Amino acid sequence: MSRTIVGPFNRVEGDLEVALDIDDGRIRSAEVTTTLYRGYEQLLDGRVPLDALVIAPRVCGICSVSQSIAAAAALRELAGGRAADNGALATNIAHAAENVADHLTHFYLFFMPDFARAEYAGRRGFEATAKRFKAVTGEAARDVLPARRRLLEIMGVLAGKWPHSLAFQPGGTTRAVGMGERVQLLSLVAEFQTFLESALFGVALDRVLALESLAELDAFADGPGRASDFAAFLRLAADLRLDEVGRGPGPLMSFGAYHGADGPLFARGLRQGDEVASIDAAAIGEDVAYSWMREGAAHPFEAETVPVAQKPGAYSWAKAPRYRGQAVEVGAFARQAVDGHPLIVDLLRRDGGSSVRGRVVARLIEIAALTHALGGWLRALRLKDAFCRQLEIPPDGRASGLVEAARGALGHWLVARAGKIARYQIIAPTTWNFSPRDREGRPGPLEGALAGLEVGALGARAPVIQHVVRSFDPCMVCTAH
Amino acid sequence: MREQASAQARFSMLWLQAGSCGGCTMAAIEHGETGWFGELEAFGVDLAWHPSLSEETGEEALAILERIASGATPLDLLCVEGSILRGPDGSGLFNRFGGSGRTALDWLKRIAPRARYCVAVGSCAAFGGVPAGAPNPTDACGLQYDGAFPGGALGEDFRSRSGLPVINVAGCAPHPGWIMETIVALRMGDFAADDLDAIARPRFYAKTLAHHGCERNEYYEFKASAEKLSDLGCLMEHLGCKATQAVGDCNQRGWSGSGSCTHGGYPCIACTSPGFEATRSFLETPMVGGIPVNLPLDMPKAWFVALAALSKSATPKRVSRNARSDRVVQEPRRAGAPEA
Repeated sequence: MSRTIVGPFNRVEGDLEVALDIDDGRIRSAEVTTTLYRGYEQLLDGRVPLDALVIAPRVCGICSVSQSIAAAAALRELAGGRAADNGALATNIAHAAENVADHLTHFYLFFMPDFARAEYAGRRGFEATAKRFKAVTGEAARDVLPARRRLLEIMGVLAGKWPHSLAFQPGGTTRAVGMGERVQLLSLVAEFQTFLESALFGVALDRVLALESLAELDAFADGPGRASDFAAFLRLAADLRLDEVGRGPGPLMSFGAYHGADGPLFARGLRQGDEVASIDAAAIGEDVAYSWMREGAAHPFEAETVPVAQKPGAYSWAKAPRYRGQAVEVGAFARQAVDGHPLIVDLLRRDGGSSVRGRVVARLIEIAALTHALGGWLRALRLKDAFCRQLEIPPDGRASGLVEAARGALGHWLVARAGKIARYQIIAPTTWNFSPRDREGRPGPLEGALAGLEVGALGARAPVIQHVVRSFDPCMVCTAH
Repeated sequence: MREQASAQARFSMLWLQAGSCGGCTMAAIEHGETGWFGELEAFGVDLAWHPSLSEETGEEALAILERIASGATPLDLLCVEGSILRGPDGSGLFNRFGGSGRTALDWLKRIAPRARYCVAVGSCAAFGGVPAGAPNPTDACGLQYDGAFPGGALGEDFRSRSGLPVINVAGCAPHPGWIMETIVALRMGDFAADDLDAIARPRFYAKTLAHHGCERNEYYEFKASAEKLSDLGCLMEHLGCKATQAVGDCNQRGWSGSGSCTHGGYPCIACTSPGFEATRSFLETPMVGGIPVNLPLDMPKAWFVALAALSKSATPKRVSRNARSDRVVQEPRRAGAPEA
């Protein structure tokens, strides 16, 4: 048995270190280390509650809007009011634009470049893969950045700028969209759709939205979508059996996303196999047995965050969130599985759980679904109505904002006393996915997904490790925050 | 331009993330009609390594950094994003650098002296930024500043090989253009010490106030103020806007296409200023006796009060009505013309 420390683990958001015990070409166990702690919960303590709208988004420059809307949702619950309908729609539009940009960045800039690595030279199709997906110099990297930039122009119209906007308030959004601006926004969405249809999918968006089974997905990849980047991934996934690796812990959780008058676009719940249950937020707790944190209460309404640099056995700045004591997986795969997307449910059944392939497919399917939804939300804006309602924040109380970031379930828990924040706790998506062990010794989802992985003679240098880790699209800056 | 750049030797850039949110990288890759990678190439800038973008991982990445730290590979430009976390107790352990057994603080101290130029990308790397807010749990600071005071992780006397101090591309996050124009101006050899302001921000964007070019200018002139967020009026009197006190050409170029903070309907929080994170109640203007405590940067208080009183009394009805609405409810028309 040999122990190898792998890092810096790049092309994730932030930095990551993984310790692997490898024996006879197989990973026996893994420890996942979140290397950065900035103390956002401590920074929020004692401020007026509305200042969370300035501070909390700066937890993360990648899912900044998601952090904003989690803070705004907590404040709205504290105020006990509703956002203006237009404000809720405008929030969905900006949030979806960010989510799509995140998925796109992950696929093209973080995940696919691993298939252009020299370890794969000589495999079928390698030259074409390397030409298209090589990091920095590949064709795809050149194609995607202008498309991403144009997509994010939605933020300039709706929210002033990205990242780190103050447009997302408990009562709605701060800029009323006019008739001309709606047309500008629709044009941006249409332009982005053209990019998707030419490069990522190779077919009309409607055909991607209609995919309902693995058989249909295979037919798409062998047929009309053959020349697309999506199909290129599916061929690599088949060749490298990426449906068989990266198994998650089982439970899949989503807080539900894109809320509207008829409920969320993507449902809230916890899926285990074919069962989907509602979430009991009181059953969420964080364990710090292996974290550089002082022991304390588990539930985020009672928990403290007190870093302890020297702690025997600890190996991560992240806490270990658990739901009824279980590690759960969050992210696009979980979100679509909980929502019952037929293709994702089919993958879940056939693969026997989440997998590297399943996670990537779920993200790309979600890009299509959200691009479609953007047009609908834009048309639903009632331009003569208000975008922002004034809500009074009471001096005392407690509330939570449970939302979905691109990478999965994001929760902010806020306790206010005498007009000041008395406690602020954040559990980010990658806190769930890349958590360390808990006091029962149960590994976090990535730790579990790496255990048992065949790495062969390459050991810690095996590219499959890169695929498994990046398939979760980790955001390490959020993780310990 | 292209020929001139390629005629010179290539220019190498290493990008490191310390106690960052990653937002400055997100801003950088928003830059350019043809994409940031293509733009760097057009100017002959090679990415020696970037944590979010480069292929090299683990030991390959460490080998690149080690060669730069030892001087074996020369480095033209070091860009650092994120606060430098010195805690706990000076150990830097709040920010370990994965796989290296070292901290980000340690890597910075080894690599910065090797760089011909050193750029702090964003207010965190420049001054400490949000993580340095009270109670500053990680002892965060900037590369060469601790808030407004020289010092920081590298110390007041630090100079990169060019003889320049750390260049502070302050902003949270900075405009993509501020980042890219600084990189390319350095590559072209344009920067001299007098192209930086008193706290080492590039003057090309720091020589004006964020307020200059604000689309709410008429409301400002007449002190026709927004009373709540989403109102069109000036955000200074009630809603905490610091655009008259913070540097930046924020309203002279578009953000994420056509935006800016005040265009988006919310106040400037002075994110280009050291210590901006110390503000309490960002969305309110602190007042004493009905007068804002913080007045436009170089305006005498008595004049401000007198002019404000005069302009308020002269405010057209159109301006005062629109100021308190989220859309234009009354259009301009010639004085004395009949009502529509």
